[in-house]
Amino acid sequence: MTSKYEEQTATGDNTTTKSGGVVSSVVNWIDDRIPMTRVWNMHIAQYPAPKNFNFWYLFGSLAILVLVNQIVTGIWLTMNFVPSAEGAFASVEYIMRDVEYGWLLRYLHSTGASAFFVVVYLHMFRGMIYGSYQKPRELLWLFGMLIFLALMAEAFMGYLLPWGQMSFWGAQVIISLFGAIPVIGEDLTLWIRGDYVISGATLNRFFALHVIALPLVLVILVFLHIVALHEVGSNNPDGIEVKRKKGSVAEEDKPKFKFHEYYTSKKDVVDAIPFHPYYTVKDILGVAGFLILFCWVVFFMPEMNGFFLEAPNFEAANPLKTPEHIFPVWYFTPFYAILRAIPDKLFGVVAMGASIVMLALLPWLDRGKVRSIRYRSVWHKLNIAQFVVTFLILGWAGATPQTVQSTILSQICTVTYFMFFVLLYVYSKNEVTKPLPTRLTK
Amino acid sequence: MSNAPVDNSRRRFLTIATSVVGGVGAAGAAVPFIASWNPSERAKSAGAPVEVDISKLEPGQLIRVEWRGKPVWVIYRTPKMLEQMKQHEDQLRDPNSDEAQQLESAKNNYRSKREEIFVAVGICTHLGCSPTFMNGGFGEKVEGTADGFFCPCHGSKFDMAGRVFQNVPAPLNLEIPPYTFLDDTTILVGEEQEVA
Repeated sequence: MTSKYEEQTATGDNTTTKSGGVVSSVVNWIDDRIPMTRVWNMHIAQYPAPKNFNFWYLFGSLAILVLVNQIVTGIWLTMNFVPSAEGAFASVEYIMRDVEYGWLLRYLHSTGASAFFVVVYLHMFRGMIYGSYQKPRELLWLFGMLIFLALMAEAFMGYLLPWGQMSFWGAQVIISLFGAIPVIGEDLTLWIRGDYVISGATLNRFFALHVIALPLVLVILVFLHIVALHEVGSNNPDGIEVKRKKGSVAEEDKPKFKFHEYYTSKKDVVDAIPFHPYYTVKDILGVAGFLILFCWVVFFMPEMNGFFLEAPNFEAANPLKTPEHIFPVWYFTPFYAILRAIPDKLFGVVAMGASIVMLALLPWLDRGKVRSIRYRSVWHKLNIAQFVVTFLILGWAGATPQTVQSTILSQICTVTYFMFFVLLYVYSKNEVTKPLPTRLTK
Repeated sequence: MSNAPVDNSRRRFLTIATSVVGGVGAAGAAVPFIASWNPSERAKSAGAPVEVDISKLEPGQLIRVEWRGKPVWVIYRTPKMLEQMKQHEDQLRDPNSDEAQQLESAKNNYRSKREEIFVAVGICTHLGCSPTFMNGGFGEKVEGTADGFFCPCHGSKFDMAGRVFQNVPAPLNLEIPPYTFLDDTTILVGEEQEVA
C-alpha cells in the first residue's frame, strides 16, 4: 500500500523528496500510522511565510531555543538541588563548587531566565509595532499573554529556590500582594505559603510547580500559540495579508513554490516563501548571533552587575532581617515600579495587575484597521515611542532605592504607561493612515 | 441498533444529568488537592510563645526574637523618643490606634504596656518586609522626627510606636503581638496572661 500523501509530497520541489529504498519504505510505514510527513510539510516545508520577515522576526524561534535550554539545564539542576529550607542554599553552593560543570549548568539556567525575558519582550514589542495582535490574531496574542504570565510565575517561583535573602524577601512581597484582595486576601496568602510565613513548605511546593506544573503549562501554551499562528498565518512588517481571496491572484503573481494544500485550497498565496529552508536558515543565523551574546554573559558576567543574580542572594535566607535595598530581578522592575508608585496597598496591586491586563486587551483597544507602524499616523509612532521610554524608565525606577524623586518619576510614568492605551483607543478610531501597498515591500 | 426515534428532550436531560454529576465529582476530587496546600498540623503547632530576657537591653536598642517565624522587636525607647512621638500625630493615618492591630492592653498613645518598652511584630503591613530601624537617622524621611522605621521595600514609614505615616503604601499600624511581663526583665511573647 502506498502512502496517501506520497503523491503530494513527491511533486514538490521544496519538500522532502523520497527516493526508493529503505528510507522511503520506513517513511511510508510511519506515514501510514502517524501523519509525520504531512505535519512536516504543513507546518515547516510547505508553510507559507511572508517573504519580508526582518530582524524582529527572530525572537519567536529564539524563545523556543531558550525554553529548551531552561528545560534541559533545569532537569540537570534538579539532580543535585535539595528542595528544603535546610538544604536548598547549601545544595546550590554544592552545585556551584563541587559538581562537575555544575556552575555552567546553573549559569546557563540563571542567564537563560533573563534571556527568556529579553527575547519575549522583544517578541512582544514586534507584535506591537506591526499590529500582529489585530484581527484575526487576537487569540494568538492572548495565548502569548498567557505564556508571558506563566513565564512570570515560573521565574518568580524559580527565584525562591536558592533560598537566599532576595529569594525569601522577594517571595514574601509577591505573595503578600494577594493579601491586598479584600476579605479573602489573608487566608489566600496563608494557603499559598502553606505556613504563617515563607517556610520550607512554601519552598517545596514552589519547587514542584517550578519543575513540573508550570513547564507543562508553558509547553502546552507554546504548542497552542504555534497552532493558532499557523491557522491565521504570520503577520509581517507591512501588516498586509499574504493569503488572498481564492481566485483574486493572477497565476504569474503566485510564488513558484509548493505550499501545502491546506493553505492553497482555501486561499491564494502571494509574496510567501516556504518556512523551510528559507526561514530555518535565517533562524540559524539568529541563533548563532544570540548564542554569542548569551555565552559571553554566561562566561564573563553571569551576575550582570547584580541584575541577573542579586548580591543579597549570596546570603542565606534570614526571616528576621530584610536586606537594605530589595528589588526584583530586572524583568519585573517596570511592574514593580508601578506597584511602588501608588501609596495605597489595594490600589497599587490593582494598578500592577491592570498594567498587564491592558497589554492583553490590545486587540480590542486598538480600533485601527492598519496594522503596521510603517503606515500608521505620526501620533501612533510618538505614542509607541513614549511607551518604550516609559517602560525603560519604570524598569530603571523599580531597580533603584525609593526616593522622593524616583517616586514622583514612577508616578508620572505610571500615568504615561496607561495613557498609551487610552490614547491608542482614542486616536485609532479615525486615524489618518498612509495607503497600504497591494503587495509586500522589501 | 434500535430504530426508535431520537427523543431529544430525554437526550438533553441525560446530558445535563451526566454533566452535573460529573461536575460534582470533579469538584469533590479537587478538595484534597486544594486543602493539602493549607498549613499542616506541624506548621500549626509551631506557634508556641517565646520568652525574651530584656535585662541587658540598653536605652535606644532594638532586639529581634523569632515568634511563629516572624521577627518580633523589643525596643527600649528613650524619653526623647517618647517625647517626639506627640509632635507628628497629625501626620499619621491612625494616631489613636483605632484599627485592631493590638490588644486592648496596648491601645494607648505608646501602643505598649510599659511606656519605654515597645514590643511589635517587625513586619510591614504593606507587603511583609521587615522595616529598618533608623535610630537617629529618620529625620531625612520625616522632618523633625529623629527616630522611626523605614521599610526598604516600598518606602513605608512608621514612628517609634509602630504607627504608620500618611502617604505611604502601608495601610495599617504595625501589629502588636499579645505579650506578658512575667517579671521586670522577662517578656513572654505570644500570650497575654494575668500575672499576679
